[in-house]
Amino acid sequence: MSIILDHVNHIYEAGTAMEFAALKDINLVIPDGQFIGLIGHTGSGKSTLVQHLNGLLAPTSGNIYYNGADIHDSDYNKKELRSKVGLVFQYPEHQLFEIDVFSDVCFGPKNLGLDKKEVELRAYAALKQVGLEDEYFYQSPFDLSGGQKRRVAIAGVLAMQPEVLILDEPTAGLDPKGRDEILDQIANLRKETGMTVILVSHSMEDVAKYVDRIIVMNKGQVMLDNEPREVFRHYKELEEVGLAAPQVTYIMQELKRNGFPVDTDIITIEEAKKAILDALKI
Amino acid sequence: MAIVETKNLIFEYIRRDEEGNVEGITRAVDDVNLTINQGDFIAILGHNGSGKSTLAKHINAIHYPTEGTVWVDGKDTSEDANLWDIRQEAGMVFQNPDNQIIGQVVEEDVGFGPENLGIPTEEIWQRVEESLKAVGMYEFRKYSPNKLSGGQKQRVSIAGVIAMHPKCIVLDEPTAMLDPNGRKEVIRAVRALNDVEEITIILITHYMEEIIYANKVFVMDKGKIAMEGTPKEIFSQVDKLKSLRLDVPQVTLLAHELRKSGLSIPAGILTYKELVASLTAIRRRKGH
Repeated sequence: MSIILDHVNHIYEAGTAMEFAALKDINLVIPDGQFIGLIGHTGSGKSTLVQHLNGLLAPTSGNIYYNGADIHDSDYNKKELRSKVGLVFQYPEHQLFEIDVFSDVCFGPKNLGLDKKEVELRAYAALKQVGLEDEYFYQSPFDLSGGQKRRVAIAGVLAMQPEVLILDEPTAGLDPKGRDEILDQIANLRKETGMTVILVSHSMEDVAKYVDRIIVMNKGQVMLDNEPREVFRHYKELEEVGLAAPQVTYIMQELKRNGFPVDTDIITIEEAKKAILDALKI
Repeated sequence: MAIVETKNLIFEYIRRDEEGNVEGITRAVDDVNLTINQGDFIAILGHNGSGKSTLAKHINAIHYPTEGTVWVDGKDTSEDANLWDIRQEAGMVFQNPDNQIIGQVVEEDVGFGPENLGIPTEEIWQRVEESLKAVGMYEFRKYSPNKLSGGQKQRVSIAGVIAMHPKCIVLDEPTAMLDPNGRKEVIRAVRALNDVEEITIILITHYMEEIIYANKVFVMDKGKIAMEGTPKEIFSQVDKLKSLRLDVPQVTLLAHELRKSGLSIPAGILTYKELVASLTAIRRRKGH
């Protein structure tokens, strides 16, 4: 089971002077359980793309299939799709609104028409999944710190028990520790539940550490689509479109140029450390 | 000469519940003493909730000290008579570019500040031109701000501050919402203002790569200044930074790890060129 995008195009304000092609002939297969990093600079089409995955936007042409069914068929149940493909927007804490944390997380599952007990069980489980302590459950969400608020917002989507979780810049504005905590939690969550996770990000360092596959968008098209170390081999092309490989990739390239016998397809600090120590042992 | 000075600065705010009853008092800034000189490039680091934004808001009199004193260009910020001078001398740029732009056209937006200072029209246009040129946005002067990228909008916000002819600009996470390109544009503009115009820069950020240009770094924790020094001095203390919920650039971290494994690499490496040079020297000593 998977998500398939078949020749998807999206044109904003088609037929006007403002016409803008945000997605151009996108063909992708997203199998179950993958951890994907979706990268691209502002305006590359990545947010437009993810909004197609749960049917918030409809393609101008082309088809999107979820588990084999075309999500824009007239008899397709879009409401169910949105509970299966959970989208966490940028700065999701701006969407918190309930009087306490627990009620806020209950809002989604309650709208699925589940009974009260099931709703509360799901909310509780979701808050535990994001690592929020019980003591916060009955506080106003507005009294929490930035990182905690963001966790509550993510829990609100998790309580829908989605099969696919899409996070748009989940770490924007958090301090480095808060950023690592959220990303570690997402990685754990995915390990535990086996759900598909799509992480939209600007940060190559963040993405390199976690994902199995990176999709790079540029000008509405898929520019690169491969496992991280293959994608970072193209660091020069990435720079041309305003992105960059992780800093360690540059260090290894520079060392190689200076005659060090090292591999250049290294993407994490641990790998780099090992390679450098090996090269110096001789 | 000191452009910003704080003495025993304390800022407290009262937390209230929904009925307005006092729940408690939070001390956001706790006995901070610092001196920032004219022309400095200062970076302030700290995790979310460490008090860095609250401290910054004292510099252009958005907050007043609960105890202690803040002077901007020698003027006490808690005296009402100084308010307009201080707001003109210390400009502020915030995180979200969309919350700071009010004009329909870029040049109008930049002219808004000097217009409110009652400056003659002729001179306003001169200032608008200079300011937009200083941040590399002059060619966009006739654009509508909503056609610009995040980095461009932030540069327009900065131009709006420069048009007030400030001595000092406080930037509170100006790049947090931008992509890598936008971040570069903004930091480049900020560095140029510091180098060329000699405007004092106070940059608050979570991005460790951005502070290597600063000549002094303050790290805040629980409202206090926990560390103070040059970027090199600060980044030599990787473990301490981590305990303060912060990070170091990947290069610094890698150098730190290699040092721990016994390689003789100097502490506080900031760029990959330094690291490569140091590793090359080690390799040469080993006979290669």
